[in-house]
Amino acid sequence: MFFCNPFKLKQKGIMGMNQRNSGYIGRYNPRKLYPLVDNKLKTKIIARDANVTTPALLGVISMQAEVQGVEEFIKDTPGFVIKPAKGSGGKGILVITKIENGRYFKPNGSEESLSEIKRHVTDILAGLFSLGGSADVAVVEGLIQFDNAFDGFSFEGVPDVRVIVFKGFPVMAMMRLSTAASDGKANLHQGAVGVGIDIGTGKALHAVQFDLPVHHHPDTNKELKKLEVPKWERLIYLAASCYEMSGMGYLGTDMVLDRDLGPMLLELNARPGLAIQTANGQGILPRLKLIESLGDDHGMSVEERINFCQKHFSQ
Amino acid sequence: MNSRIVFFALVAGLFTLGIFQTVQRHFAFDIPWLPGETRTIWNIDAKVDFNAMGESVLASLTTPKAQAGYTQISQNAASPGYGLSFLNENTAPQAQWAIREATGKQTLYYNIQVLADNKSKDQKYTEMPALFDKEYDAASLAAGTEIIRDAYKTSADAFSLTRELLKVLNAETPNQNISLILNSEITKTDLLIALLNEAKIPTKKVGALHLEDGRRRQHLQPIVEVFQEKDGVITSQLFNANNTAAVNRNNLLLWDQSGKALLELVGGENSKVSFSMIKQEQPALAAILQKTEDNQLFNFSIHSLPVEDQSLFKGILMIPLGVLIVVIMRVLIGLKTSGTFMPVLIAMAFIQTSLVTGLVGFILLVAVGLFIRSYLSHLNLLLVSRISTVIIMVILLIAMFGVLSYKLGLTEGLKITFFPMIILSWTIERMSVLWEEEGAKDVITQGGGSLAVAVLAYFAMSNEVTRHLMFNFIGLQFVVMAFVLLLGSYTGYRLLELRRFKPLADKD
Repeated sequence: MFFCNPFKLKQKGIMGMNQRNSGYIGRYNPRKLYPLVDNKLKTKIIARDANVTTPALLGVISMQAEVQGVEEFIKDTPGFVIKPAKGSGGKGILVITKIENGRYFKPNGSEESLSEIKRHVTDILAGLFSLGGSADVAVVEGLIQFDNAFDGFSFEGVPDVRVIVFKGFPVMAMMRLSTAASDGKANLHQGAVGVGIDIGTGKALHAVQFDLPVHHHPDTNKELKKLEVPKWERLIYLAASCYEMSGMGYLGTDMVLDRDLGPMLLELNARPGLAIQTANGQGILPRLKLIESLGDDHGMSVEERINFCQKHFSQ
Repeated sequence: MNSRIVFFALVAGLFTLGIFQTVQRHFAFDIPWLPGETRTIWNIDAKVDFNAMGESVLASLTTPKAQAGYTQISQNAASPGYGLSFLNENTAPQAQWAIREATGKQTLYYNIQVLADNKSKDQKYTEMPALFDKEYDAASLAAGTEIIRDAYKTSADAFSLTRELLKVLNAETPNQNISLILNSEITKTDLLIALLNEAKIPTKKVGALHLEDGRRRQHLQPIVEVFQEKDGVITSQLFNANNTAAVNRNNLLLWDQSGKALLELVGGENSKVSFSMIKQEQPALAAILQKTEDNQLFNFSIHSLPVEDQSLFKGILMIPLGVLIVVIMRVLIGLKTSGTFMPVLIAMAFIQTSLVTGLVGFILLVAVGLFIRSYLSHLNLLLVSRISTVIIMVILLIAMFGVLSYKLGLTEGLKITFFPMIILSWTIERMSVLWEEEGAKDVITQGGGSLAVAVLAYFAMSNEVTRHLMFNFIGLQFVVMAFVLLLGSYTGYRLLELRRFKPLADKD
């Protein structure tokens, strides 16, 4: 059969898009807080105030006249990332991993000229990648030196960890590994591999590519079961504390692991997707319902919330 | 939970309001459910001929008043040089012509359009017509009294008495009394009236016109209306003095109900009134609109606007249906479209261009546009000027396709100008960015999704029946709104999610 039985899905506690939109995003994410999350620059500022580690900020370009000065920010770095502050779905993110004699190279080895980089910044300022096409600013960040623990698990791009934080409780996590099919991007619908991560241990549970189970990374052929996120306790702590920082009840936190600086917050997402369920091979609804049943005045600290989740959601 | 109750109450309220308004409009104003229903309209001319005698002329023609089976739609008169007025006396309406001086043969025309209308009813009488006094010669009076006395014995009320009298009048071998009276210069109709008057039963002579398509030089047929009062309620029945059968009111228009004369003429002689008529089948809606032109409540609708604005609204009132399709496709099916309501705009363009031309034109424009846009992306332009360039490019393309198809003899191609150019330009720009970032596959899915929704919306919006319903029943807008609200609260799975999560459901 082409379609599956909706009652079976419901019984497994799988959340659909409509329910996510009206039951969780609409109910728990106050509209006025969206700019904090949708604007990566603002997210960086509140994260700094809350002592949540984020990648180094090299510079901000907010006017067309400043575009010529972009070279100042980037020329002495080992690599950098230029992203639109209000971009969505990973759009408009330019990653340069190697700089040699004024020549810039993307993760896949292709060269990007300085004028192409400037055009990209111009596009960002004009709002090509922002929601609704409004004017935007370009954020230049230092390149993350990704942890050796993931060697062989990712093709080109930086693997990141997505943790869904519901009312401050880290309810579900997955790792997104870029592949050749996803062109170095970590978006699951473009072909990145999603690996469900155990909340308690940081170890891999289950993996999918294009919504279908896989056991080995399609490009490096490394066994995905062996994947284990180092410094997991610190990572989950950072993720859970994003609740206090942003005020968003239903939040997707994208974390990365830097070789030197450890786990850091890459960005927040007020509308996290549903693919985390396929990556974990489980529905998210039972966990959300359990947290909802605690009520609002449980008075738990960040550590207590993490302990609660590790006790109930670990396998 | 309380807000849920309020919400569902609101939805139910909107739904009921919409359905109620729709049904009410159907029954109260007779607006048909389906387009293409027709109604019969009779177009009747009365021609008045007379000789003017060189002095002032005043001619009053009695015209039909409201009655069962017919509703007057319009009336007018043609008569060069005459002043014309339509009088509405309490007995019967009249058309009155007047002129200071006229000589020789005069012809006046009066035209009336009546709608065959089952809803129309006879007006109620509030008082009985008066009896009249007349002197008869002794023999006739004696004979008449005899006839009445015989008929009286075998009848119960005014109507049965009339029927008895008709039997006597129309008997194959008339009895002595009848022969005596009918020998005089009197018609059966007048005789019947005289007899009933003698029996103290009020009557009225009515001129009726038998309606038959394409008849000319017709004259009114005399009919006797007999009145009876019982318990304060006045009832009346129609009788034809020339036969005993009841009068069949099918195709019978009671033209002259004045009880006096069809034509009153001062300053003329040798007058003659003749009628001709044609039957027309008109779309029901147009006929009803004519009928209710003066109705205030009805006028509180789109129909009271000038025709040009009405046709504008015809398009606008269809948009909710297109929007409903978009909501269904996104919320229930989960189809991805490029731009939320772009499909509706494309569908509206399709309505102008016709479907196949529109589809071919759209795909051609976007494809060529994407091709040229890929060059623009090398030029390192600011977004606004790049999109502006795309807009100008789209206009040039449209002009080029228009001219090209015209030269090739494909006049269909000219319809390409109906496409909303700004929308097309944004579509091209978005698709182009999508292509660069996500690859051709996403462009095909989103573009295909948009087109599929647009085609569905097109079918919903261009359908004759839905167009008729949405335009004539404003209440349906509330119904659509109720559905959209209801869909907004749907939290179940989308159809495509059942596909997406299938591996998850089948696990274990």
